[in-house]
Amino acid sequence: MCDQTFLVNVFGSCDKCFKQRALRPVFKKSQQLSYCSPCAEIMATDGLHENETLASLKSEAESLKGKLEEERAKLHDVELHQVAERVEALGQFVMKTRRTLKGHGNKVLCMDWCKDKRRIVSSSQDGKVIVWDSFTTNKEHAVTMPCTWVMACAYAPSGCAIACGGLDNKCSVYPLTFDKNENMAAKKKSVAMHTNYLSACSFTNSDMQILTASGDGTCALWDVESGQLLQSFHGHGADVLCLDLAPSETGNTFVSGGCDKKAMVWDMRSGQCVQAFETHESDINSVRYYPSGDAFASGSDDATCRLYDLRADREVAIYSKESIIFGASSVDFSLSGRLLFAGYNDYTINVWDVLKGSRVSILFGHENRVSTLRVSPDGTAFCSGSWDHTLRAQPQALLLEVALPGLEPSDRPGPSAPVNLRGRARTTCKTTCSGIKMGPVSQKLPKPAFQSTLFK
Amino acid sequence: MAQGSGDQRTVGIADPEESSPNMIVYRKIEDIITKMQDDKTGGVPIRTVKSFLSKIPSVVTGTDIVQWLMKNLSIEDPVEAIHLGSLVAAQGYVFPISDHVLTMKDDGTFYRFQAPYFWPSNCWEPENTDYAIYLCKRTMQNKARLELADYEAENLARLQRAFARKWEFIFMQAEAQVKIDRKKDKTERKILDSQERAFWDVHRPVPGCVNTTEMDIRKCRRLKNPQKVKKSVYGVTEESQSQSPVHVPSQPIRKTTKEDIRKQITFLNAQIDRHRLKMSKVAESLIAYTEQYVEYDPLVTPAEPSNPWISDDIALWDIEMSKEPSQHRVKRWGFSFDEILKDQVGRDQFLRFLESEFSSENLRFWLAVQDLKEQPLQDVAKRVEEIWQEFLAPGAPSAINLDSHSYEITSQNVKDGGRYTFEDAQEHIYKLMKSDSYARFLRSNAYQDLLLARKKPESEQGRRTSLEKFTRSVGW
Repeated sequence: MCDQTFLVNVFGSCDKCFKQRALRPVFKKSQQLSYCSPCAEIMATDGLHENETLASLKSEAESLKGKLEEERAKLHDVELHQVAERVEALGQFVMKTRRTLKGHGNKVLCMDWCKDKRRIVSSSQDGKVIVWDSFTTNKEHAVTMPCTWVMACAYAPSGCAIACGGLDNKCSVYPLTFDKNENMAAKKKSVAMHTNYLSACSFTNSDMQILTASGDGTCALWDVESGQLLQSFHGHGADVLCLDLAPSETGNTFVSGGCDKKAMVWDMRSGQCVQAFETHESDINSVRYYPSGDAFASGSDDATCRLYDLRADREVAIYSKESIIFGASSVDFSLSGRLLFAGYNDYTINVWDVLKGSRVSILFGHENRVSTLRVSPDGTAFCSGSWDHTLRAQPQALLLEVALPGLEPSDRPGPSAPVNLRGRARTTCKTTCSGIKMGPVSQKLPKPAFQSTLFK
Repeated sequence: MAQGSGDQRTVGIADPEESSPNMIVYRKIEDIITKMQDDKTGGVPIRTVKSFLSKIPSVVTGTDIVQWLMKNLSIEDPVEAIHLGSLVAAQGYVFPISDHVLTMKDDGTFYRFQAPYFWPSNCWEPENTDYAIYLCKRTMQNKARLELADYEAENLARLQRAFARKWEFIFMQAEAQVKIDRKKDKTERKILDSQERAFWDVHRPVPGCVNTTEMDIRKCRRLKNPQKVKKSVYGVTEESQSQSPVHVPSQPIRKTTKEDIRKQITFLNAQIDRHRLKMSKVAESLIAYTEQYVEYDPLVTPAEPSNPWISDDIALWDIEMSKEPSQHRVKRWGFSFDEILKDQVGRDQFLRFLESEFSSENLRFWLAVQDLKEQPLQDVAKRVEEIWQEFLAPGAPSAINLDSHSYEITSQNVKDGGRYTFEDAQEHIYKLMKSDSYARFLRSNAYQDLLLARKKPESEQGRRTSLEKFTRSVGW
């Protein structure tokens, strides 16, 4: 019994090996050829690889993505905000700027808190990096970077150094010294080298390692002493804009967000991506872990913030409103994870109830985009930095209002006189038309009408 | 507004330019503006207003706009609506007819809508030559309403100096523009003049006003071919167009290769098989965590004694620095094993407890491995050896108890001597401590005393230490 039946059309010279054999017809790119049996078999297996064109691989990937979404949706039995209906609502918030840090001559791009809960480092477009004691509003250190647009800065866990970088494609570490005679820039150490701008940097649990994110689409872990690359993380399809380390004592993971609309969770040891989420409709500007480390929030140019849970492996909440149309640039949680603070490109800060998904409060006060926002290490305040050249530290008192008959919910207590540690000297904002520098301007600075009622 | 995360809006994007962050905002604003001007679906009342001897065509009051925004975008607070209106104005889509400053007021001030020609979504980056032509043109028209403001006069003077050599050309262009304008209908001219002025208020803002055309440099790369010659507002073509001052880093876009996609496919397959938790469980967990920690969250529950930022009193921070932990703080150590490891004072207490049980080697090992991971690269190998000798080598002084499998893995790793040599062992010891020592610590007198702030009477302490001394001297 033969296990193979084929039609022998002709006996002749094989079109491939030219040997005299029994030939069968084969079709290659709609052209009919005559191959002998062994050559036909080889062609069949070759064809598998040939058919694996970029297009077919892409469509396979797409269908797998669809299947992944299906799997994720299977366990979606309820919405977070539905379960959270039983949670007590938060009361009214009174928000007040307690400290305004003025001294940057240009847009503030990034800031970070020191573990001592009061010092901060901030960086700006004009290349200046300043260390402040934000409690007293004193400037303690200042250094000028050799590049403009210092988009990333970080405080070392020990409080003895800072890291910063931006358009210079590098991340440099500056030890902080209180010796007046020493020039901070002299002790500068270049640690990270990327092939495009540095968008974010963060020390790990020690002063000895730094994690960086770059416009070149990669993240990297560096040894500070030697400047050596310890691990690199590839996977984003476009610029990586932000990163955050997991808060666990034993964790070795971090999350990153990029212009490819993806948020990716990485294992620091292996360099592998362990989870990825792609539900945003535009660039992800900021990512921050929920305090337990089981979830993280993201802020994006699509004007939404979203919460992703790592155990459910999906997006579990969206924080958005019809009236919020500008992108969110920066997000951070309060200590318990109940509140999410988000700074937006429409100059406001929105405070979201993480569990219920509703907006609790909106803060006006900045006069240009909010570019950076961080809650202090002990959660007593948060600081926001803006393109209006200032940083503002804001704690708040939560008033749990008991509903009394006759008391209107909109009767908020008016702002009382703020505590001032320093005199308010308004710096005139100078705008430059391209190429033309404006000289000293004697005009009154116009202010939008609403500001005077909410913010002093 | 609570939203389920199931509804994903798919935006069909053909043109990559459309998905750039700026464009997303522009399209949203344009959507709002279009609806606002739509008579049939409840738009704002745009009308011609009689004023003294003339008519003001095509205007709407600030109040009308603010009301419309509140109604159509579900805004409850008028302050928010005013802010949004001001932003829409600052971007250049609506403007006050008698002010250079682009802001919105909730009163009878008149506003006009910008012509689509001048919309920011057309990616204008007007040159100074255009601005010069515009200012020059304004001086040629003898109308009170078209007089230059102070800052404009200053700008013009500077431009005259800067473009001294080609001023004749600019003057001619201005004259040509004036001629064209004269031919238009009077009412139409009023409208167009105001729209043109509003355009320049966006691109050459009043000093002190926010320049909304400033871009985030990280997003600049996706601009529509920034190297190309920019179009002129007045159709002027020049040989030497100056470069945009915005930095445009040039980088070859890395094409996705077959290898990339194969990796992606492997990754996706692994993800599909991943173990997931049900949403209901996850929601419970998130809520439980938040509820447990809410009393420790100073932004929700006022801090005791006070929040330093509000009271200007750093008592809270002083208390946290002291070695005597408050009951509040001690209670937190009981929430999870990680909590006690995170807190220096908690760690010390736990270590002391373990020492009293003569079982501190586990915690010390765990701490040593944490420390190893924080070492600079050059010190790693040495520390690995030290840890091995102290805790794991045969005859180690602080021998820890590992199962044989874990011990095998670890002794293999030690040969390479990397930062993660003891990861497996550390995980085992962590689990052991969590289920055994930590649980006992929480039940111990030492912890309970701190938690309930019980003060030990002096005599009892004296008896205890002498007993300890005795047992130690006997060699137990």
